[in-house]
Amino acid sequence: MITFENVSKRYGGFTAVDDVSFVARSGRVTGFLGPNGAGKSTSMRIMAGLTLPDHGVATIGGHAYADIPNPGRHVGVLLDASAQHAGRTGREVLALTAMTMGLPGSSVDEMLETVGLTPTEAKRRVKNYSLGMRQRLGIANALIGKPSVLILDEPANGLDPAGIHWMRGLLRQFAADGGTVLLSSHLLHEVEMIADDMVLIGRGKIVAQGSKQELLQTAGTFVRGEDPQLLAKVLADAGITATASGDGGLRTEVDPIEIGRAAAAAGVVLVELRPAEGAGLEEMFLQLTASDARESVNSEGAAA
Amino acid sequence: MTTLLPAAPGSPAARPAADVLDVSGTPSVPLTRLVRVELRKMRDTRSGKWLLITVAAVAVLVMAGLFIWGDQDDRTFMTLLGIAFVPLAFALPVLGILLICSEWGQRTALVTFTLTPHRGRVLTAKVVAALLFALGAIVVAAIPAAILAAVGGAHAPWDDVTVAVLARVLLAFVLGVVWGLAFGAALLNSALAIVAYFLVPTLLSLVGGIWTGAQDALVWFDLNQSSSVLFDSGPVTGAEWAHMATGFLVWVVLPGVLGTWRILRSEVK
Repeated sequence: MITFENVSKRYGGFTAVDDVSFVARSGRVTGFLGPNGAGKSTSMRIMAGLTLPDHGVATIGGHAYADIPNPGRHVGVLLDASAQHAGRTGREVLALTAMTMGLPGSSVDEMLETVGLTPTEAKRRVKNYSLGMRQRLGIANALIGKPSVLILDEPANGLDPAGIHWMRGLLRQFAADGGTVLLSSHLLHEVEMIADDMVLIGRGKIVAQGSKQELLQTAGTFVRGEDPQLLAKVLADAGITATASGDGGLRTEVDPIEIGRAAAAAGVVLVELRPAEGAGLEEMFLQLTASDARESVNSEGAAA
Repeated sequence: MTTLLPAAPGSPAARPAADVLDVSGTPSVPLTRLVRVELRKMRDTRSGKWLLITVAAVAVLVMAGLFIWGDQDDRTFMTLLGIAFVPLAFALPVLGILLICSEWGQRTALVTFTLTPHRGRVLTAKVVAALLFALGAIVVAAIPAAILAAVGGAHAPWDDVTVAVLARVLLAFVLGVVWGLAFGAALLNSALAIVAYFLVPTLLSLVGGIWTGAQDALVWFDLNQSSSVLFDSGPVTGAEWAHMATGFLVWVVLPGVLGTWRILRSEVK
């Protein structure tokens, strides 16, 4: 279990992580989702004890990371697959990790097999590795100590579709065995495929969190009346906030049954009444990314 | 905002899962193991391996050269060891620099400090590993030197081979290594640290050569020059020890403290 309590980290005037609290539970894969620069990597470095937060507490299974003896045996961490000595072979990278943790040399071969690096590939130097191979090596490096908690920063980056499929199976199994998995990504569909729970972060702040079902579930109700204006008035009188949703319909945050009751009480004819479509999560995520994208569009427009 | 709710019965999270990590059964990593890891890191990259092979080869070659072309009476153990020290004095500090800086240049510090969050232990292991290497280098140089001295037929091949002299040679080796480590730690950049390590003594002797009036003062700072007496067979005077001490303070202790502070505090990215 990974716990973040009111964690903040500032760099000069820039707040990278702003009062972030969440829990990644054991037996679950938690997706840490946000656009690039949202504070995911800083948060993960704080978890692994590499960066000290200005405020707040980060614990893993109730301990501060630095208090865990031989931490690699409990927490597998992959923060940057490219952060490996280019002149070492893949095998040697794992051998050093195994040696530090006090594991037998045989664990290296086992792990190479688990992540699908062939003996020939393992003998090559890391500088000749593709990003996908580095990710596999990094995942091996995180898994070799047989930890019960995994912290992976953008592990799917550079993996081909087969690789992503493989990783999904691996992490699902890890969680099914009772482990805790926290993985970050800037791609919604990637997290959607793997995660049970999601934590959505933007500009250092948590925007939403919950189980995938909760978050992807349509929040609210779509309703269309025979007379849209009349329906809007009836809903307003009933104290239900509704917003226009194009095509003459209205969108509200309440359950369909409440709309139905209000409409029945006022004798208004409904043409359509259903849970709203279009995941709120995707909209939220698009807004997060769009606010960054819009800036570049604006500056281009200004330059033109 | 949705918050995490307790999972429904039957879902994986409902199983009794370990929310508190039991770490009581895990022994911490002993320092000796960290030292072995650091010793391995010095030679498991292509550059590290070739640096070691080259240095050993050059050390043996210069001894062989002295043996073949030098005077028969120069084939003493101390002369042979002294000449082998020239390439070693170049290489050992560089090894010390690489041992520290490559973690930052190649960004492996990210993994190293994740596996060992107490960075002081990593640093200690690196210092111990570098010193062990210096010891090993002396042994490696002493064996061919002893063989060549034994068969060389010099008038007095074992002259000056006393504990005091050998201890001073060892001190000179150690000094070179910790100097390199200190520069490496302070600059955390291999190229910069190596250049600085070789440039500083040259600049100091250059200044001394031009500005002769400053020579008396410079000897207090020119560690390279002041420590060269460690290879002389005569006794080292109190003033010479004092010169070395101040030079050590300026070029090893000061950058060493600054470097330690940087390594312990700086953020690894």
